[in-house]
Amino acid sequence: MSEKPWISVCEINDLLPDTGVCALVNKQQVAIFRSRRLNEVFAVSNYDPVGEANVLSRGMIGSIGDEVVVASPLYKEHYNLRTGECLEKPGYKIPVFPVRLDDGLVQIQA
Amino acid sequence: MKTRIVVVGNGMVGHKFIDNLVNHADRDQYQVITFSEESRLAYDRVQLSKYFSGSTAEDLMLTSTDYYNEKGVQYILGDKVIDLDFDNKEIITASGRREAYDKLILATGSFPFVPPIPGNNGEHCLVYRTIEDLERITASAQQSKIGVVVGGGLLGLEAAAALKAAGLETHVVEFAPRLMAVQLDEGGGKLLRRKIESIGVRVHTQKATNEIVAGAESRYRMNFADGSHLETDMILFSAGIRPQDELARKCGIGLGERGGIVVDNNCQTTVKDVYAIGECALWNNRIYGLVAPGYQMAKVALSHITGGKDQFTGADMSTKLKLLGVDVASVGDAHGNTPGSLSYTYSNDVEEVYKRIIVSADNKKLLGAVLVGDVEAYGTLQSMCVNGMDLPEDPNCLILPNVDGGGAAIGVDALPESACVCSCYDVSKGAICCAVQDGARTMGDIKAITKASTGCGGCSALAKQVMDSELKKIGVEVSNHICEHFPHSRRELADIVRIKQIKTFDDLLDQHGRGLGCDICKPAVGSILAGFWNEYVLDKKHIGLQDTNDIFLGNMQKDGSYSIVPRIAGGEITPEKLIVLGEVAKEYKLYTKITGGQRIDLFGAQLHQLPAIWKKLVDAGFETGHAYGKSLRTVKSCVGSTWCRYGVLDSVGMAVMLENRYKGVRSPHKMKFAVSGCTRECAEAQSKDFGVIATETGWSLYVCGNGGMRPRHADLFATGLDDVTLIKYIDRVMMFYIRTADRLQRTSVWMENMEGGLDYLKKVVIDDKLGLCEELEAQMNYNISQYQCEWKTTVENEELQKRFKHFINSEARDDNLAYVVEREQIRPATALERKSNNIQLVELVD
Repeated sequence: MSEKPWISVCEINDLLPDTGVCALVNKQQVAIFRSRRLNEVFAVSNYDPVGEANVLSRGMIGSIGDEVVVASPLYKEHYNLRTGECLEKPGYKIPVFPVRLDDGLVQIQA
Repeated sequence: MKTRIVVVGNGMVGHKFIDNLVNHADRDQYQVITFSEESRLAYDRVQLSKYFSGSTAEDLMLTSTDYYNEKGVQYILGDKVIDLDFDNKEIITASGRREAYDKLILATGSFPFVPPIPGNNGEHCLVYRTIEDLERITASAQQSKIGVVVGGGLLGLEAAAALKAAGLETHVVEFAPRLMAVQLDEGGGKLLRRKIESIGVRVHTQKATNEIVAGAESRYRMNFADGSHLETDMILFSAGIRPQDELARKCGIGLGERGGIVVDNNCQTTVKDVYAIGECALWNNRIYGLVAPGYQMAKVALSHITGGKDQFTGADMSTKLKLLGVDVASVGDAHGNTPGSLSYTYSNDVEEVYKRIIVSADNKKLLGAVLVGDVEAYGTLQSMCVNGMDLPEDPNCLILPNVDGGGAAIGVDALPESACVCSCYDVSKGAICCAVQDGARTMGDIKAITKASTGCGGCSALAKQVMDSELKKIGVEVSNHICEHFPHSRRELADIVRIKQIKTFDDLLDQHGRGLGCDICKPAVGSILAGFWNEYVLDKKHIGLQDTNDIFLGNMQKDGSYSIVPRIAGGEITPEKLIVLGEVAKEYKLYTKITGGQRIDLFGAQLHQLPAIWKKLVDAGFETGHAYGKSLRTVKSCVGSTWCRYGVLDSVGMAVMLENRYKGVRSPHKMKFAVSGCTRECAEAQSKDFGVIATETGWSLYVCGNGGMRPRHADLFATGLDDVTLIKYIDRVMMFYIRTADRLQRTSVWMENMEGGLDYLKKVVIDDKLGLCEELEAQMNYNISQYQCEWKTTVENEELQKRFKHFINSEARDDNLAYVVEREQIRPATALERKSNNIQLVELVD
């Protein structure tokens, strides 16, 4: 299986600390978050499967126990940013995308 | 066949009986019909005086025809029961109606005693008992300058308050040597008199009225036995009550020597299947003229009918109330009539406080108490007395101020399960414990489930202690921590932020928290920071704390689009601005709707459109309406005295001023205001967090009301206010709310959970009990000085607008948005419509 290419979507400074943005990558909407404390970037699908809207990038990030999560801005379900699992509704799982920083650029595989 | 119960009289006690019955487990086995000679169903006589401070007859109602209809209660109003036929078990009314009964309840109440003084039947000689009486008093007061109340007891002083409120020169004439002779001892009576006289009510004790004749300067002249006299325009008799036993007397039911229907421990009269309850009933040669014993009788009679075991064995006559603004309470044997009893007295003329407790000869048990000026200890003393608990080692601590933190608190664990905590609603300690076991966790829950503390509120501190103790017992950690990231309540966090002058979430988390934070603590801390420092919420330091709506300064709708609400202060808008709103909505194809807060909401804006739309609005002179924030929303107003024929003050002007003053102030939850220009209250101010109503004597301020899911009438906080005092009080209450409320706690729930309730809040805000007022005002002034229109700031700075895009790396728009036309405007397409090929979708504006 050939690996998908890394695609640069923005500069790290476009991402305000502890907020998210949405990027369009291969026709997919990808929500990207930057945690200042962890000094880490996360990428998941922007589609909220419960609220059925493209809004997850506008959610608030934080931690619950050891998990790093984003809360849906619509109905506040929490999704694990590393696994995509929904904490409140186990049936729901959102896609997670590989993400990396390359010389100040945020890159996604999607 | 259902058992047929007839209830004669639909006063407070008659209604209580019915209400208990229709909520009883065996209610299906009974049919109930009630008669009232009054033209309305039961109302709250205890709160009658509120009629003079703005409450309407409707506000005082305890029930409604709808409720009775729903519960299958038959009611006949304005038809008096005049005869009883025991052989056929029927009642007969004035109109000739006959109704059969299996069980008959006499709840005929009492009537005011008018002393047999010659001249006592003049047109302006009135009594104080029913709503009709109040109407007569109001009418008479309008034609009078001076008013006299005959009787210095509890009801007499309430009547005096009514006359005072009506603006009359008010006198109280009492036969006994002191006021409230039944409840108070000499010291208490003396202080009460001093306090009442200091607010301008003239008190005349030891006066027996010989006759009432025509006056020289006023309508009447009262001649007293000691040769003195008093001129007055109206006279209110409030010299005690007499049981309404006329019907029983006529029909041969056993009465006491001086009247009253004799009942046994089951509230049965001398006639089979006939019960008497409330103020018409005589138990052990005694009439109980308070509502709580009447409620107990209602419970006992129902218990006997339904096969229960409750008995009436006398009642506690302890009382706590506020008369003419003075707090007064009396517990048990207030006069120390018990042989050998001893007393402790605390008397403070400077702060005008008098407290005395009566204890048993062995100094072990509390027998009674009198409290004037400070009644905080009432709950503790009353329950200690009623439940026969041991006195603390040093009984002084029960009345001395600030001994050991001022706590007259007793261990609630010492109370038996059966101990009555709330005597208004007869709620036992056991009932509160049960509620906790069934899941109640807050005082709000306890009130909703048991009704405890929803009457006079005197037991709220005790009820909370019982609740906390039970929570602890069943192992519920009474944790008020806001979330796992901070071991503190919102209030504690607010104190930390304020005292340590913390300006960012990161600093607070570093110093007092753990983890990354979450969607609970971040917005809460964001709100606290804004509540004190009021910095731009989209500043880099704060942006991560902003919730769904705040973070883009708009209200996110179900599909991820936003609605836009510009501020229209007081609901007042020029034609030019209306046109701008219309043009903007048209250009961007927005759905427009008038909101409940008298402004205009524009729906369906895409994220990237927000700055452009707001640029147009700001250029036209609009400001953000903060519809997205936990902050002041709107100040609704009626048109007021500038246009309305009935307006008393300029309500729109006041609303605009208030809205401009408090716009942008962040609080634990949203806040709504309203200002009405007269007591017709067209702006519905009593359903708001802060309600202001114009009266002839100035503004009345109401606080902590709510509409919505759990409506709550606002409490009357202060009356007769000028503009400056009004604002001062609002500043203080609001900042106290910002400091002390829980996260997302509306003012209504904040008030319900506040120990000491409305009285406490008044003490803090009006009397400055905590010495905080200056600080609260300064803090509010600072907050207001930091105001900025967040949208103005945003549209003036290109950098800040960068975030307002759906994609960081593309100009495309969210292809999930789809709209159709309905009633000539757009709305989001349904899932079905999206799939269908025949539905015409609206072409979106870029």
